[in-house]
Amino acid sequence: MVEPLLKVAGLEAWYGESHVLHGIDFQIGKGELVTLLGRNGAGKTTTLRSIMGIVGKRKGSVTFEGHETVGQPSNQIARRGIAYCPEERGIFSSLNVEENLMLPPVVKPGGLSLAEIYKLFPNLEERKRSQGTKLSGGEQQMLAIGRILRTGASLLLLDEPTEGLAPVIVQRIGEIIRQLKERGFTILLVEQNFHFAATVADRHYVVENGKVIDMVDRASVQQSLGKLQAYLGV
Amino acid sequence: MAQVAIGLVNGAFYAMLSLGLSVIFGMLNVINFAHGAQYMMGAFAAWLLLGFLEVPFWASLVLAPLIVGLFGVVLERVLLKRLYHLDHLYGFLLTFGLSLVIEGLFRWQWGSSGAPYPAPITGATDLGFMMMPTYRLFIVVAALVICLATWYAIERTRLGAYLRAATENPTLVRAFGINVPRLITITYGVGVGLAALAGVLAAPIQQVSALMGTNLVLVVFAVVVIGGMGSILGSVVTGFGLGLIEGLTKLYYPPASNTVIFVVMAIVLLVKPAGLFGQTK
Amino acid sequence: MKPSHIALVIALAAALVAPFVAYPVFLMTALCFALFAGAFNLLLGYAGLMSFGHAMFFGMAAYFFGHAVKVWELPPEIGILLGVLGAAAIGLVTGALAIRRQGIYFAMITLAFAQMIYFLCVQMPFTHGEDGIQGIARRPLLGGLLPITDDRVLYYVVLAIFLFGYFCIYRFIHSPFGQVLKAIRDNEPRAVSLGYEADRYKLLAFVLSAALAGLAGATKAMVLQFATLTDVSASQSGEVVLMALVGGLGTITGPIVGAFIIITMQNYLASFGEFVLVIQGAIFVVIVMAFRKGLVGEIADWWKARRKAG
Repeated sequence: MVEPLLKVAGLEAWYGESHVLHGIDFQIGKGELVTLLGRNGAGKTTTLRSIMGIVGKRKGSVTFEGHETVGQPSNQIARRGIAYCPEERGIFSSLNVEENLMLPPVVKPGGLSLAEIYKLFPNLEERKRSQGTKLSGGEQQMLAIGRILRTGASLLLLDEPTEGLAPVIVQRIGEIIRQLKERGFTILLVEQNFHFAATVADRHYVVENGKVIDMVDRASVQQSLGKLQAYLGV
Repeated sequence: MAQVAIGLVNGAFYAMLSLGLSVIFGMLNVINFAHGAQYMMGAFAAWLLLGFLEVPFWASLVLAPLIVGLFGVVLERVLLKRLYHLDHLYGFLLTFGLSLVIEGLFRWQWGSSGAPYPAPITGATDLGFMMMPTYRLFIVVAALVICLATWYAIERTRLGAYLRAATENPTLVRAFGINVPRLITITYGVGVGLAALAGVLAAPIQQVSALMGTNLVLVVFAVVVIGGMGSILGSVVTGFGLGLIEGLTKLYYPPASNTVIFVVMAIVLLVKPAGLFGQTK
Repeated sequence: MKPSHIALVIALAAALVAPFVAYPVFLMTALCFALFAGAFNLLLGYAGLMSFGHAMFFGMAAYFFGHAVKVWELPPEIGILLGVLGAAAIGLVTGALAIRRQGIYFAMITLAFAQMIYFLCVQMPFTHGEDGIQGIARRPLLGGLLPITDDRVLYYVVLAIFLFGYFCIYRFIHSPFGQVLKAIRDNEPRAVSLGYEADRYKLLAFVLSAALAGLAGATKAMVLQFATLTDVSASQSGEVVLMALVGGLGTITGPIVGAFIIITMQNYLASFGEFVLVIQGAIFVVIVMAFRKGLVGEIADWWKARRKAG
């Protein structure tokens, strides 16, 4: 494997007094789509937040394009080219749809233009003057993904983009994620929905109790199905 | 009619000052008790610029808010920012302490009796239904322009969008690559600058004195409670409205003119505790 | 005996001999302010409500006392009672309105009401504007049996009032009522869901705090024989916050320590004139930035840490 785009080694994180991550190790190569699987509370979301630098305290190493980011504030981490789409979507109610889309500043060239984003999500263009939080759940999710595509970030952190959405919208989001991968985005996806994850990802890391305990790649998903189901408790 | 004019002028100051307080509170979650002291600093800055460097009023209108705003930036960087993780009360207490220090220093240096500042515009304008001193008319117009400009900056510009978003969810805005701490510093600086600008405008119609902001800020607190701190338009309407009510009270029942705003506050608390334009939470 | 009991006995003994060592008027003033700060702290420390307008109770009680004793020629104990009742009544009205908002708004509202009272005092005839009520005679107490013209005699009266006031605070905090109040402070929605009417509890705490502040104000007027605009001013409200802050917010003894420190400081710094304000403000800043627990709170922490280590 070539030099990974993102390399996480021995990452530990705390929220206040509680020690949430106990040593996360994994890596993603450029253009890959990798998922973090695991039960609720295993530490997947915290891993994304730690990469982004928005947890209380973190230790260990997170290198992006060879640069160490532990110790940097989150705005500088974002400027290196990592973009984050939180689980709760984080749509701003005091901004309209277009303002929400335009909010994250462009950090590098190579991002999508507004026109391209609207082509990807035609609903958003129709409702660009609406208040951000007046959209449906699916539209809000599309807005949350759409707004991080403009910035030129090469690594996208997506936290449960399909959570609570209707099957037809989950499918649509799956298509979009595949398209993004084709365009060369590197994607780290947190998913509860394994069936969804299995259709899009190159590799899966299994997180349990704040540690990565296993890795399964695309080729061996079928053989490992039983094992994965045991991990996820389904 | 003269009382109405005075009411409008007072309302202009209430509007500008409560606007600054709201902007600061929205972003910092701090009630800036030093707002009155910073208003006074604005007037003093103009007076000193004129006295020592012969800087004319119109230049002071820009320079004084810049100087005092920079002072605010230093305060935020050195002191205020260390308190954001604590209860709001500590920010209030800190800025209260700061206002004592600032007003104390000015009193110690220049005493509490005021100094006059020459009016930059003289004469009166016939508005058709009344005569109004031209400078006072200028204050009302200037306050409206300032409030409108602030509204535009917050609601219609990119920086304003950052500001609104950061008020809702500063962590996420920062994770998008925006330097939120710097945004907070700028906001405080601008809010303080607004107070100073109001102070410069007040200099020619009031005595420039160390105590000119002390009582004013307490009235402005009542204005803010009445209006709620949610909306800019709310601050402006409440500010001017209360100025008018005060002016009319002076006309019909002078003894109550000092206290009428507080009475209005009591009524608003009874009827709509969140304030006229505030969101209930 | 527990160490805290020993400390209490020593403090009481010290209080009894104090007027033979220190200037009684200074001690009495400090005791009045200590009670005032205790009343303020009761509200903040145990109800989580920071009033920035407590001078309205303190000052108005002083005026009521002055008017009752000087104009109506009533005995001082009736004057004090009127002062306390008046302050409680003002507390009832302003409190009922102020508790409709929380947190920082509560502070702003109390501050605004206090300012309104201040403006009223400037205008009302009975407060005599800038002059205030001066030269309030020290009439004898207990129907003429106890003359209080002698400072040392009066000192023991003031000490008794102070102890009574603090006893009220102590009993209040340790009553079931005080426990409910603390529960409301820590988690209001939860207390409400348990069926407590939070607003009632808060209002009662507010009125009690106002009444005790009134007790302090009326007693101060008895000691110093005047009531002026300073007593109702915003700076007076700020000063009592400072006293509680210096001593330690939310501690029982903190406000007493804070009041003695600030009153002592004012005595020594009187010659600095306008500069006292700057020093007071600077103390505010330093304490908020670096010693938020106040003197008593920091010492208690240090003591705990030392015991843990040893």
